[in-house]
Amino acid sequence: MASQTLIPAGDFRTSYAADTTVFPTTTSRNAMISGIVLVCFAPHVVNEYILSLLIQIGIFGIAALGLNIVVGFTGQISIGHAAFFGFGAFTSAYLSNRFGIPVFFCIPLAGVVTAAVGLIFGLPAARLKGLYLAIATLAAQYILLDFFARAEWFTGGSVPASAEPFSLFGYMLRGDKQYFYVVLAYVVVCYLLVTNLIRSRDGRALVAVRDHYLSAEIMGINLTKYRTLSFGLAAFFAGVGGALYAHYNQVVSNEGFGIDRSIIFLAMIIIGGLGSIMGTLMGTAFMVLLPESMEWLSVALRGSPIDQFLGLKNNIAFLREMAIGIIIIVFLVFEPDGLAHRWRQIKAYWKLYPFSH
Amino acid sequence: MNTQLLIQLLVNGLVVGTLYGVVAMSFVLIYKATQVVNFAQGELLLVGAWVCWWLLTKYQVPFYLGMPITLVFMFLFGIAIQIVILRPMIGEPIISVIMVTIALSTVFAALMKWIFGVNLQPFPRVFQTQNVNILGLQVQTVYLMSLAVSVAMMIGMAWFFRLSKYGLAMRATAFNQQVAQSLGISVKSVFAMAWAISATVSAVAGVVVAVVNGVSAGLSAYGVKVFPAAILGGLDSVGGAVLGGIIIGLLENFAHFLDSEYLHWGNLYEIAPFYALIIILMIKPYGLFGTKDIERV
Repeated sequence: MASQTLIPAGDFRTSYAADTTVFPTTTSRNAMISGIVLVCFAPHVVNEYILSLLIQIGIFGIAALGLNIVVGFTGQISIGHAAFFGFGAFTSAYLSNRFGIPVFFCIPLAGVVTAAVGLIFGLPAARLKGLYLAIATLAAQYILLDFFARAEWFTGGSVPASAEPFSLFGYMLRGDKQYFYVVLAYVVVCYLLVTNLIRSRDGRALVAVRDHYLSAEIMGINLTKYRTLSFGLAAFFAGVGGALYAHYNQVVSNEGFGIDRSIIFLAMIIIGGLGSIMGTLMGTAFMVLLPESMEWLSVALRGSPIDQFLGLKNNIAFLREMAIGIIIIVFLVFEPDGLAHRWRQIKAYWKLYPFSH
Repeated sequence: MNTQLLIQLLVNGLVVGTLYGVVAMSFVLIYKATQVVNFAQGELLLVGAWVCWWLLTKYQVPFYLGMPITLVFMFLFGIAIQIVILRPMIGEPIISVIMVTIALSTVFAALMKWIFGVNLQPFPRVFQTQNVNILGLQVQTVYLMSLAVSVAMMIGMAWFFRLSKYGLAMRATAFNQQVAQSLGISVKSVFAMAWAISATVSAVAGVVVAVVNGVSAGLSAYGVKVFPAAILGGLDSVGGAVLGGIIIGLLENFAHFLDSEYLHWGNLYEIAPFYALIIILMIKPYGLFGTKDIERV
C-alpha cells in the first residue's frame, strides 16, 4: 500500500500497519523529505530576522509538542509548562557551566532532569483529574518561578546565568546560521519521536486515557502510570526546548518563564489543534508570527488615524496580549479543532476539485 | 519573640483573609452553579476597581454614588460575559472552558493596562481618620472597613442562598440541573445570574482592596490566591471558601512572620499558599467541606 501516490477516495486499508503508517502515500513522504531539505537551505536564502523567527518557531515548537502530549493526547491540563521550559534552560546552563559537560550532551540531559521534575509535579496527576490538576500545575508554575528567584547557586538569582554556545567535536557553532541546523535537527528528531510514540502501545494508551479513562482502565491500562508518564514526557520536551533556548540566547534570565508564556504555549496547541503533531508546528508558527505581524502592521499604520486613535506605538505590548487572548477565544468558539483540521479540509477540497460538494 | 509584630500580622492576615474569602466565595459561586472554573476572577476585581476609580477621579462622583454605579455596571458585565463568551461553551470539554476563562483573564488584564496604564493609582480618600485605637493596637480605619464590608457580604450571601427564592433556585440548579429545569427554573438565567452576582461581589472586594492599597494591575493576584482558598475549603462549598480564605490569609502572614523573624528566606509569604495548595491536593483534594465524590484515580 505504501507505493500509492494518492489516497483513494474511501478507506481501503486492510491491515493495521497500513492504518498506522506515518505517511499514507509516497507523495506525502516525498513532500515531507523535500520540505525538510528545502528548509535546510533557509539560512542561505532568508535574512537574519526571518532566520531568528524560524529558530524561535523550532524551539517553541518542541516545547509545545511536549504540552500537546499531555493536553492533546492524554487529555490532562497543564498550566505550568513555561516553568518547565525555564527549568530546562537553567539546567542546561548550570550543567555546562558547573560541570563542564559539553553542550551537545547538556541539552538532552536537561530534558531528562526536567522530566524528573515534571514527574514530581505530575504525581498529583496520578490522583487528580481535570480542573484539580489544572490548579496543581498552576501551583507548580508559581513554585518553580519562586525557586528560580531563590536558588542563586542554580540560576544566578537576579543576575542572568550565561549559557555557552553550542559546540560539536570542539568546533564552536557561532551565529544563527549554524545554530539553525541544530534546532532543525532537534525538531526533526523530536517530531519523529512523538509521531512514533503515538503509534506505539504507550501512545495508544495515552489516547485511550484521554478518550475514556474508565474504559482504558478496564482494558488494563495503568492510569496512574500513564498520566504521570505524560507529564514526564511533556516536561522532557519542555526541557529540551528550554535548553535550546538557553544556548541560542547564550544567557538565561529569570524573565519570560511566567504564566503568560504558559498561556502562549497553550494557545499554540489550541490554535494548531489538540492532538495533532503537525498542527503543533503550525500553531507555534502562528503564535510566533502573530506578535511580529502586529509589529509590522503598527509600523505600516504609523501616522494614520487608526494609529492616533489606538496609540499603537506605546500600547503595542498590551494590544499583543489582548490579541493572544482574543485569538484563543475565537479559535475555541469557531475552530476548536485548530489549524490542522482546517488544513485537512483545504486538502480535501482541492483533492476533489472541481467536484467537491 | 516579637509579639507585637505577630499580633499585627495576624490582624493583617484576618483582614486579607476575609477578602480572600469573599473572592473565593464568588469563585465557588460560579463553579457551583455553572461548573466553570473561573481563572478570570482576579480580573473581575480589577475591572470593578478601575471602573470605580475612573468614576471617582474623572467625573468627581461622590463615593456613595460611584460605588452603586460600579456595582450595576459589574452586574451587567457579568451577565454579558456569561451570554457572549460562556454560553456557547456549554457542553464543550473542560479544557476548552478553562482555556476560555484563562484567555478572558489575559484580555481583561491587557485591556485594563491599555486603558488605565500600568502605574499604581491612589484611590481618593474615603475616610477622614487614619487610625483607630483598639485595645492598644493601632488599626487602620480602612482595615476595619474592609473587615466590615467582607463580613457584610458574607452575611448577604448566606441570606441570599438560605432564604431568598432566587438563591433556592440556584442551589437547586447546582444540585441537579435537569430536575431544576423540569421544575420550571430557567437554568439559563441562573447561569447568567451566577456570573452577575460573582462579578458584583468581586467588584466590591476589588474596590475595598483599591481603597486600602490603590489600584494597579497587581490586583488580579487576588484571583490566583483564590485557588488555595477554594481548594482548602472544598471547591463546591461556599462556607468552606470563606473559611479557606481566612486560613490562607492567616497562613500567608504567619509565613511572613516566620520568615522575617527566624528564617530570612525572603518572599516566603507569597509562595506559602501554593505549597499549601499542593499539600492539600495531595492529601485531601476535596478540601474541608467539599463533597467527596471527586473521582479519584
